[in-house]
Amino acid sequence: MALFAFFVSLVFAVIAKDEPRDQARLGGMMFGGFMLAAAVLGWFMYPFPL
Amino acid sequence: MSDKLSPVPATTAERSQSGGLVLLCLASWVVPGAGHLWLGRRQKGLIFLVALPLMFAIGLALEGRLFPFQLADMLVCLEAFAELGIGATYFVGSALGLGAGDVRAVTYEYGNAFLIVAGLLNLLVVIDAYDVAKGRK
Repeated sequence: MALFAFFVSLVFAVIAKDEPRDQARLGGMMFGGFMLAAAVLGWFMYPFPL
Repeated sequence: MSDKLSPVPATTAERSQSGGLVLLCLASWVVPGAGHLWLGRRQKGLIFLVALPLMFAIGLALEGRLFPFQLADMLVCLEAFAELGIGATYFVGSALGLGAGDVRAVTYEYGNAFLIVAGLLNLLVVIDAYDVAKGRK
């Protein structure tokens, strides 16, 4: 999941921004957002049985 | 004065420019990042050239499936189109007999997610290359 989030963030950031500094910033924020969203959603799904 | 615009035939330069754009988009689809490299955006092109095929390869390593074009099953057909977005890498994987997909594997769905998203991201990269060539970015 982290690997997937990394690649998606990388490609989106490189498409959206031109400067390496901006790319790193946006990519980092996006990656953090993906990981946080996954943790939060995983936490909410915890009580549900399979 | 009439508000209607009369159609103006395309000049030779415009036609050759649109031909170049088609070629650029085709190159960008076949080899991820080739369009950006062609336009002199070396950093972006190299990142796409490495990241997208690598993502596709990870999908194959995770037992993902290269879906066939079955028009009877719409979802499978859509997945096949999405995977085809990666260009030549798809055909290389098929030719090497990779992407058989093992439904019993724990990583099967993860592999499919990598394969499908790699293809779709490459289509975004093609659109970005088109925008750069048109001077919109």
